[in-house]
Amino acid sequence: MAEQIITDEIRAAIGMQSEPAVIEIEKGMIKKFAEAVEDPNPLWQDEEYARNARYGGIVAPPGFFMTVMMRGERVEFPFQLPFTRVLDGGGEWEFLKPIRPGDVLTVVNRFADIFEREGRTGKMVFMVTETTWRNQRNEVVARGKSTLINY
Amino acid sequence: MAKKQLYYEDVEVGTEVTPLAKVATTQMLVKWAGGSGDFNPLHFEDSFAASQGVDSPIVHGALKRAWLGHLMTDWIGDGGFLKKLACQYRGMDYPRKMKTITDPQEGETWWCRGTVTKKYVEDDQHIVECDIWVENAKGEKTTPGSATVVLPFKKAKS
Repeated sequence: MAEQIITDEIRAAIGMQSEPAVIEIEKGMIKKFAEAVEDPNPLWQDEEYARNARYGGIVAPPGFFMTVMMRGERVEFPFQLPFTRVLDGGGEWEFLKPIRPGDVLTVVNRFADIFEREGRTGKMVFMVTETTWRNQRNEVVARGKSTLINY
Repeated sequence: MAKKQLYYEDVEVGTEVTPLAKVATTQMLVKWAGGSGDFNPLHFEDSFAASQGVDSPIVHGALKRAWLGHLMTDWIGDGGFLKKLACQYRGMDYPRKMKTITDPQEGETWWCRGTVTKKYVEDDQHIVECDIWVENAKGEKTTPGSATVVLPFKKAKS
């Protein structure tokens, strides 16, 4: 019989939700992010330009999520990972409302699925997390679904 | 920037997304770590990277995702809206090392590219879907994905 990688304890995590993480968005965070990406779009940084554009002020670039994610979405698994190596597999993200400096975002993760597959180097465990970002008005600003690979 | 706005009427299935060149450097990865809050040593420490089974520190998947976001927001302009972005981190990319404090060594340049796969109107929104990807210097798509955008419509302007 094949060795069971996904134990009952791991399986029990499916459907579990993380404690909400709260992040206050600051202009400097957005600027640092845009600089790291080398994205000079004035919508992210130039107050005067942004005031006259679509959103009437600075907004965060779509990929800015990660900043929020790594402080808020840092996934704590309520179980011991079966293997030592972890890779980000990717995902999909939906942007619903602009994120602005001064917004206070609340991030919640839900373990949507955990499954195993046979990879090139042996068994791999895929952990799918669904994330919801809400602002201070309780509006959903973004949703995401991402996969971490443990192998 | 005051770029020319892209309109729904300007694109057809097969239209190319204006390509965007990127050079990942060890310096950029450090900036990204600070900017994103991802301090996984896989992205800056040789021995840790080796322990994880890669040759040397690799480019963060999320940085490549942010490049793809940059590709799309540049293309759609101020009047467009990026609705959805998806990507998979399939291949490892290794940053260029630095030659001086500000300049990288010669080496690989990555290209973010895309093509339009679909256009349609839904709930009064003019929607365009694209296949997008990051390709390495060998032309391999290390980060394939897709994007859905809303573009302004010329006839609605008046």
